Amino acid sequence: MTKVFKAFSRRPDTGGAMTDHDDSNRRAGEAVPPVPPARLEVRGLVVDRGGRRVLEGLDLDLGPGEAILLTGPNGIGKSTLIRALFGLLRPERGEIRVDTSGDREPGEVAPSCHYLGHRDALKTALTVSENLAFWKSFLGGPGAEVDAALDAVDLLDLSDLPAAYLSAGQRRRLAIARLLVAARPIWLLDEPTAALDAASEERLVGLMGAHLAGGGSLIAATHLAIDLPGARPVRLSTDRASAAEAAT
Amino acid sequence: MSAFAALFRRELRLAVRVGGGAMMGVLFFLIVVTVMPFAIGPDLNLLSRIGPAVLWIGALLATLLGLDRLYEADREDGALDLVVGAGHPLEMVVIVKCLAHWTATGLPLVVAAPFFALFLAMPPEAILSTSATLLVGTPALTFLGSIGAGLTVSLRRGGLLVPILILPFAIPVLIFGVSASTAVVFDPAGFRAPFLLLAAVSLLAAVVGPVATAASLRGGLD
Repeated sequence: MTKVFKAFSRRPDTGGAMTDHDDSNRRAGEAVPPVPPARLEVRGLVVDRGGRRVLEGLDLDLGPGEAILLTGPNGIGKSTLIRALFGLLRPERGEIRVDTSGDREPGEVAPSCHYLGHRDALKTALTVSENLAFWKSFLGGPGAEVDAALDAVDLLDLSDLPAAYLSAGQRRRLAIARLLVAARPIWLLDEPTAALDAASEERLVGLMGAHLAGGGSLIAATHLAIDLPGARPVRLSTDRASAAEAAT
Repeated sequence: MSAFAALFRRELRLAVRVGGGAMMGVLFFLIVVTVMPFAIGPDLNLLSRIGPAVLWIGALLATLLGLDRLYEADREDGALDLVVGAGHPLEMVVIVKCLAHWTATGLPLVVAAPFFALFLAMPPEAILSTSATLLVGTPALTFLGSIGAGLTVSLRRGGLLVPILILPFAIPVLIFGVSASTAVVFDPAGFRAPFLLLAAVSLLAAVVGPVATAASLRGGLD
């Protein structure tokens, strides 16, 4: 109970807010694990959903340190593209491949990617830290410790609380913490800022920046303008999606 | 390996916490076994003769009724997408989930069966043989039911569809389980053959179940 209270009582403290804020963002950046370089290549991607062609002839290149912001109206296929990249939808035609320099064979895309979808993949019966600890063990490999990742999304005070009691924004932040506990070079983010308040959004952009600086790359589908330096905007539109990218 | 250990621990934790339903199977089992004598009447000879069959039917229904949420819960909260994309073989994930589900719901049935057998005035050797056949046979029900749970994962409220789909395939388990259990009373030599066949069905289900479930889960991701 005291822990919950502490989390709320910290907010109104505006005196040292600026330095405290900057400091927490810097610490958040440190929690982002460095990743091996990986290059994502998409060639001539065609995806159908429910018998309707959603994506046609899409080409995409994403190298280490690069970011793509996907925009476009509802139903244009942003989520479909991200799910197809993660291997959850089988493309009709086309090729998706990840080149990881080093010992790994180019091939399976999903193990090099983090997917942050609409749903947060939280078990409400487990506590905040149990949820995150599971994903850390299950996804495996190097990555931030659970406490450090929770600190980076400002949930450390709530770590013993069952996830059922989290607000929508806090659930989202816990899902974002999952990106930190296992180092994976490509982040596929579907509406990552949904339900986040301004401060959390800023913190997320900080994490994304730190991920890019550490050699990672990301694709984010979003309606809001995310202020990410160096990000390449890609607008999907009804006439051929590949043309839309060439135009930007 | 630690990934699967983590999955196993999480599944067990979820099963015993609020809304997990680990005890629901045992309670349902208890209700079925308790209701049966009311329907049949207080004829102790009859009850002790059909006791193994009553226990087996109770265990069968209790196992199948708890299976519909096996993958549906993970699909609803988005965890299934991540589990598929984590890079582990999906067949192994299914095996681990089934083993955890059996530990949380099947094993309590096996442990409770000897006590429930007392309600049915079963002789000690029949209690022993029924417990043994339940121990060997219930994993087969879990692995078979997993196929149904995988097939219905994309249907909302597919709940009762799983038992309907799977019960026909569970008939061999029921036949060998009950015949091995009852054989002990009349002809002790008749226990071995159906018991070994029951074990064979369990092993077969443990191989076919995960492969079929993984295939149906992959197909149902859209």
